[in-house]
Amino acid sequence: MMKKNTIPEDVYILAIESSCDETAAAVVKNGREILSNVIASQIDLHTLYGGVVPEIASRKHIEKINPVIETALSDAGMTLDQTTAIAVTYGPGLVGALLVGVAEAKAIAYAAGKPLVGVHHIEGHISANFIEHPDLEPPFVCLVVSGGHSHLVVVKDYGEFEILGRTRDDAAGEAFDKVARAVGLGYPGGPKIDKAAKEGNKKAIHFPRAKVEGSVYDFSFSGLKSAVLNYLNHAQMTGEEVNIADLAASFQYAVVDVLVTHTIAAAKERGYDKVAIAGGVASNSELRSEMKKACKKAGLTFYYPSPVYCTDNAAMIGTAAYYEYINGARSGWDLNAVPYLKLGER
Amino acid sequence: MKILGIESSSLVASVAVVTDDVVTAEFTANFKKTHSQTLLPMLDQMGKLIELDMKTLDAIAVAAGPGSFTGLRIGAATAKGLGLALGKPLAAVPTLEALACNLWGCAGVVCPILDARRDQVYTGVYRVGQSGAAEKEKADVMLPEIILDQCALDIAGLMRKLEEIGEPVTFLGDGVSVFRERLSAELKVPYTFAPAQNNRQRAASVAALGTEYVKCGRTVTAAEFKPDYLRKSQAEREREEKEEQKR
Repeated sequence: MMKKNTIPEDVYILAIESSCDETAAAVVKNGREILSNVIASQIDLHTLYGGVVPEIASRKHIEKINPVIETALSDAGMTLDQTTAIAVTYGPGLVGALLVGVAEAKAIAYAAGKPLVGVHHIEGHISANFIEHPDLEPPFVCLVVSGGHSHLVVVKDYGEFEILGRTRDDAAGEAFDKVARAVGLGYPGGPKIDKAAKEGNKKAIHFPRAKVEGSVYDFSFSGLKSAVLNYLNHAQMTGEEVNIADLAASFQYAVVDVLVTHTIAAAKERGYDKVAIAGGVASNSELRSEMKKACKKAGLTFYYPSPVYCTDNAAMIGTAAYYEYINGARSGWDLNAVPYLKLGER
Repeated sequence: MKILGIESSSLVASVAVVTDDVVTAEFTANFKKTHSQTLLPMLDQMGKLIELDMKTLDAIAVAAGPGSFTGLRIGAATAKGLGLALGKPLAAVPTLEALACNLWGCAGVVCPILDARRDQVYTGVYRVGQSGAAEKEKADVMLPEIILDQCALDIAGLMRKLEEIGEPVTFLGDGVSVFRERLSAELKVPYTFAPAQNNRQRAASVAALGTEYVKCGRTVTAAEFKPDYLRKSQAEREREEKEEQKR
């Protein structure tokens, strides 16, 4: 890794993201100015299967990736030559899906003679908060929650993280998907449950809040998922009618309660005055409103990205890449996809 | 004409530059490292060695399938990225057709077989550089004659096809090591197996055949190119089977 001390006037990063079922590309100026942000979602395709099918996702990435990148460049009014560097998500995620973006980005960077910056997907999600909040600077506490990830992180500096807690089993978004499937709401579970819950009473059913032995900031959602399934089984056997809205609201509240409690506790105990959320589940309306309330009560400033920057997107990858780039991070032509890449690992 | 060839449809990672009728350089590795780690470093090293200016390429030829799904996509994304950055067209060369061209001039028919698992092979039957192709050669284009277009077949089905064709056959490809005994025991037409130096995929064949494709105008844009897997994903197959049962 080279260290570079001189920062060119303006840095334009073409960023590519293909870690799951979104093919995305963006052009980001100086880290925080989004010149374009193109996302081709495959969600309709995977709805047929009740979840993301890796092989189908990978095939779709190949079909979409060039048009998505070309649109990102034209939306930004730029040519490839005018960009400073090429960035790509190289982990964590589905290996076959990641490989499409990684191979494509390497080839583009190689042929265009541009530096290549490999980006950690979670670092991208966290960095989404920088896009709309020019005042936000590290350090702060960030809760990253999505279909594949649940992390409670201290962002000590750009690109420098301390993981306080993570899920021991299901990711928060995964629990939403599984419960939504069990009650027949379908895929993707997060938005479906969020919508159903708006009509329900979140205190109608009390579901357990799991604590992880010996590690106060870790999460566990499989027990909660089982409790919901047991509740449904019991209702079915006794012939009771299940109020889906109440169940959705109560389940969602149980998830959000744990997420909020852990996050606020971490910020207070570690002495940080700023809290951010990131990832697909950060779009959840209950999480947003409960976290907002709790932060206000605790005297913490709360940051959250717009939904378009919560979902998988390449703008956030470009933002994260900018800080990596000015710190001198460069990837080699042997950059590989790393499906279980840990945050802060290189 | 200068064509870059990319082959990553199997364990072999291979890149080559063919300039008219000369292989300017070819790097091939048959090693356990993933193509993601090998392919672009190989291109980089080869390019430096021959002082390759990528802008002087006329097209990028890529093994378009069948093969390992992931391997095909690494080659495809590499070719698409190069094509996008350079504004060059792609020649989508069928994996088995290029593999058959390793044995250009071979008597009888050439039958590449790739292990497709599930008791099948990806295969095709070709006549390469002989009488059948004479008409086309007059037009200065050297394409193999396709007798059986590439497909997924069980080995018994392939042997029946070869017996129908009734000509001496030369086998090559990674399916040979899997089915050699079966073929030796049961096949009723004369056969031989290609030797080590040309029995696996190589980018020089992809680039050379790609050159012929470009001459015929058989190119695609980098944006529209996608691999030809010859098979649906497992999830799609299972879903279709279920739908079928419902009916």
